[in-house]
Amino acid sequence: MTASANLATLLQVHDLSLSFGGVHAIRQLSFEVRAGEVLAIIGPNGAGKTSVLNVVTRVFDPSGGSVQFDGNELTRVERHAVAALGVARTFQNIELFEAATVLDNLLLGRHRFGHGAWWQQLLRTPAVTRLEEHSRAAVEDVIEFLDLSPWRNNLVASLPYGVRKVVELGRALATGPRLLFLDEPASGLNPEETRRLAFWIDDIRTDLGITVVMVEHDMSLVSAVADRVICMAQGAMLASGTAREVQNDPLVVAAYLGS
Amino acid sequence: MRFDYNTRYRDSFALLRHADQRIAYALLAALLLALPWLASNYLVGELAYVFILCIASLGLMVLTGYTGQVSLGHAAFLAVGAYGHAWMLSQGLPLMVSLPLAGLLCGLFGLALGIPAIRVSGLYLAMVTLAFSVIVTHVIGQWSAVTGGFTGLAVPDPVLVGLSLGGGKAFYFFCLSLLALVLLALLNLLRSAIGRAFVGVRDSEAAAYSLGIPVARVKVAAFALSAGVTGLAGALLAHHTKYLTPDAFTLILSMELVLMVVIGGLGSLRGAILGAILISLLPTLISRVKPFLPDQIAKQFGLETFIFGFILALFVLFEPTGINGRWIKLRTLVQSFPLYRKDTFKRTKRYMKSERYK
Amino acid sequence: MTGAALQVFAQLTVNGIAVGAIYALVALGLVLTYKATEVLNFAHGDMLVVSAFTAWGLITVAGLPFWAALGVTVLIAAALSYGIDALIVRRITGQPQFAGVMLTIALAFMLRGLVSMGFGPESRNYATPWTGQTSSLAGIAIADLQLVIVGVALAVTAALLLFFRGTRLGVAMQAASQNQLAAYLTGVRVKRVNSMVWALAGATAAVAGVLLAPITLVDITLWFVVLKALAALVLGGFGSIAGAIVGGLSIGLIEQYAGVYLPDGSKDVVAYVVLIAVLIVRPHGLLGEAHGKRV
Repeated sequence: MTASANLATLLQVHDLSLSFGGVHAIRQLSFEVRAGEVLAIIGPNGAGKTSVLNVVTRVFDPSGGSVQFDGNELTRVERHAVAALGVARTFQNIELFEAATVLDNLLLGRHRFGHGAWWQQLLRTPAVTRLEEHSRAAVEDVIEFLDLSPWRNNLVASLPYGVRKVVELGRALATGPRLLFLDEPASGLNPEETRRLAFWIDDIRTDLGITVVMVEHDMSLVSAVADRVICMAQGAMLASGTAREVQNDPLVVAAYLGS
Repeated sequence: MRFDYNTRYRDSFALLRHADQRIAYALLAALLLALPWLASNYLVGELAYVFILCIASLGLMVLTGYTGQVSLGHAAFLAVGAYGHAWMLSQGLPLMVSLPLAGLLCGLFGLALGIPAIRVSGLYLAMVTLAFSVIVTHVIGQWSAVTGGFTGLAVPDPVLVGLSLGGGKAFYFFCLSLLALVLLALLNLLRSAIGRAFVGVRDSEAAAYSLGIPVARVKVAAFALSAGVTGLAGALLAHHTKYLTPDAFTLILSMELVLMVVIGGLGSLRGAILGAILISLLPTLISRVKPFLPDQIAKQFGLETFIFGFILALFVLFEPTGINGRWIKLRTLVQSFPLYRKDTFKRTKRYMKSERYK
Repeated sequence: MTGAALQVFAQLTVNGIAVGAIYALVALGLVLTYKATEVLNFAHGDMLVVSAFTAWGLITVAGLPFWAALGVTVLIAAALSYGIDALIVRRITGQPQFAGVMLTIALAFMLRGLVSMGFGPESRNYATPWTGQTSSLAGIAIADLQLVIVGVALAVTAALLLFFRGTRLGVAMQAASQNQLAAYLTGVRVKRVNSMVWALAGATAAVAGVLLAPITLVDITLWFVVLKALAALVLGGFGSIAGAIVGGLSIGLIEQYAGVYLPDGSKDVVAYVVLIAVLIVRPHGLLGEAHGKRV
């Protein structure tokens, strides 16, 4: 695990706040994500971890604060424009396209790369066929990376849960991101699948050069893979540091176990 | 068993990948081309009507089957297409200009409905489309100056470079060629990025957004495309009925279109065509069977309505994937014989999941 | 406003409330099944048709007095609705809402077809104790039947509210509609309770149908009123009894005013325009709850 102290800042969250009615999901949260690192966000339920993810990927508008990604102010970007900037995410409750095949799901990950104008698609010009082939080749790289070959033509609806989580990860990878958000990637996975996931996340960071931020509860995965850990509780930052440092922080222990 | 051995990715894109598929469709094409000389004039006329409904069904399938937007008022687009086309012809526009313009006009209508419709979904969208359809029919009835109101509007004969396309064989080929064009265009569109985007929007909007799909724009585009295709069908329908009145475009017609796509099988173009064939030929079938039924049951209007409902209920309860679903199951059975397992397509039991908190 | 204009306005208001009471009654039936099983019953209007024809048969052919005929019709409609849920609609629990819409549309077609086959295409009518009688309140004319309709609508609403708050079965119905799993776990027989809600909805449809038919004639086209009831539900707010009442009365009033104050022909479509406008501007209606998806 490389130390990430001297890397450039990729994502800067500053004074972020989010409230629904009377509930303060996020209170003046500030942190940064450095390029090439694996950052884990942990915290008890209701801490606002997924809300941070949702605000950064523009599912919600924040009540205050800013999110800077690579020079862009993300809070002003439209929801469907986030992928084009190089930010991808997975979902806690798998949001795959159930009635489509694994291949189609992954190909949809490639949507932001153009596939021809509408009239070209209508006529199925040779240019369109070439672009489709190109996308198919790119998607095959993801399939190989995640060992999804046996499931390529299966409908998602017929897949076991563990495989679906991998497809969800693959689809996010297919968008060609620079920053990847994983929302509880290990939830529902058995220990063997979690170990494989740890290797994949490490490979994503090392081989593909993608920065990973994961919201996670599974401390074994976090310890194995994360360079830095942030602990949140009740919408605010509690502690940050390496996995061991954060786990031993008295504030964090109190948040999980009560004081 | 059948395996695809492809050496290039583009081989897997092809619409007809295997020799037997190519032969089967070639035979079908030959049959359809030869039919006007083999069948009675009545049947040829009936088939032209079936082709028109196939086009309308394809239009609705794009919206409901592929993009997941319910529309209970598609007869409105048939009406706009029919009246628009008839009016433009009466103003002297040539057939080949009026026809695409009618489709375009309908497409714009679809856009107009689509833009507010993106704010609602599911049940609410069904009601909006229903209400829209009632309003359109009402406006057509009131706007006598242009539409002839309830007295009706006569439709000029379709003429192409001096040849009349209105009668028997010519009209049959006119409708058939348009159906083939629409089908090919949609086949191309639906296996490309736009088609995939439709399905993405249907299955998970949240995921679609995160992948860079402009969900609202896709929904509106689906509405416009669906309306445009249905409008073309409407224009052809005008020539078929030769005289337009608002009563021809009722809610019942909208329901019949929905029946076609649901019974045919949501999410497949083959389903749209099969559903259209079944629903449009059903009245003829019923009238053939009537002489054999006891007098009490054979009473006019009610029997057709009842049978429509009965068939729809059977499909919803026992074969939700429609005729196309059955086709695929049958095909899988034949292709994987003798290794087909009875539970290959078993549906898992599900508990009620509230859609109010969706 | 001048005296005459005020008189017109008052007359319209009274008419609007009378018509709105019917819409409210029909909307009530729709709300009941929607809250319980999340199925919007497109066959509700056809239940009205079945009730109207049944009442005609009982009054004109069997010679029963009006109230007895009403009672028997209500029982028949309730039993029929119970059967429809228990035998047919129950089978599609767990499937997406679209399946429910399609199934109830199928049922609507079947009911309509059966009635057509059984009774033929002619419109019929039957006598009520108030046929041909009108009263006058401060110079405003109102048919006695319309007064009865308003009264009955109020009575039915009050009865339903009391039933849901006060009786065990009513509370069980509320529980089942809010959280099926939890209701199961507390011993509520959810399937049976849901079918009973359908029976209740069928009963309200019967009351509405039997009272409405003498005004609009006993005819297949009676089912159209369910479309107005949909507009009423949308305006009032989906999923609440109060919403159904408020929406129904509002649509009734809006229609009457549109008939006089807006251009010719508006009256026929104004309900649908309101439906579309409300769904675009304020989807949860006047009294309903807003909801969105959690990811």
